[in-house]
Amino acid sequence: MEEYAILAGDFSAIGEASTKFKATLKMLGIPSDLVRRASVIAYEAEMNALIHGGGGVLRMTVYDDRLEIVARDEGPGIPDVSLAMQEGYSTATDEIRELGFGAGMGLPNIDRNADSLLIETEIDKGTTLLATVIFPSP
Amino acid sequence: MKLRDIASQIRAEVLSGEELLDDIDIECAYGADLMSDVLAFARPGSLLLTGLTNIQIVRTAQMLDLPAVVFVRGKKPQEAAVKLASQIKMPILLCHMSMFESCGILFQKGILPCHIPDRGV
Repeated sequence: MEEYAILAGDFSAIGEASTKFKATLKMLGIPSDLVRRASVIAYEAEMNALIHGGGGVLRMTVYDDRLEIVARDEGPGIPDVSLAMQEGYSTATDEIRELGFGAGMGLPNIDRNADSLLIETEIDKGTTLLATVIFPSP
Repeated sequence: MKLRDIASQIRAEVLSGEELLDDIDIECAYGADLMSDVLAFARPGSLLLTGLTNIQIVRTAQMLDLPAVVFVRGKKPQEAAVKLASQIKMPILLCHMSMFESCGILFQKGILPCHIPDRGV
């Protein structure tokens, strides 16, 4: 298990945790397509936790048959999860958009790369995302 | 096509990773200023062409196993981006053409687009 803090306002550091996850997965000998899927999930989740959640925690746990990525923030929560899951829907600021993100693709991207995705969110309390990637049986 | 030939086709300057140009073979490319779209649609091994310059461009490429980045429209990547790219041995090319022209030339020379799945819209 690996866990990293996502610090509020530190846009340039986004992706550092995902990079470390990726290195760990490669070291464990996980197939490259699964590593890539997990990396995209972690990166998008890291980005979301910073942009919308004001920072939080990113955790990855590798089991024999799957890996789980959990991103937790104590931000404002998501009022309508099904709306947030729609491609193109975004509440990101112009500042974030100018950097090439906030196009409303984050959650759909995570969903596309995960075998299962669970989002628990409460207004003014925060959001926890759990994405699972299942390893194909040998 | 070797990355060295790509650099020559679009008359790009090599900012870093010169020693890797002959080792990287490119079949397809993705041109975008929207990293969210790159994360959704770029295929591993593709060349990324972009006009954005921040460090997240390099990180996005790294997450997707994209081997190199071309900065178009004469844009210069930020120092942190170049530093990270050097660390992870990702060549950086600078091209003075527009996105349209640079992509057009590469397409004409046989570089393929990344497949975008039917959006069902």
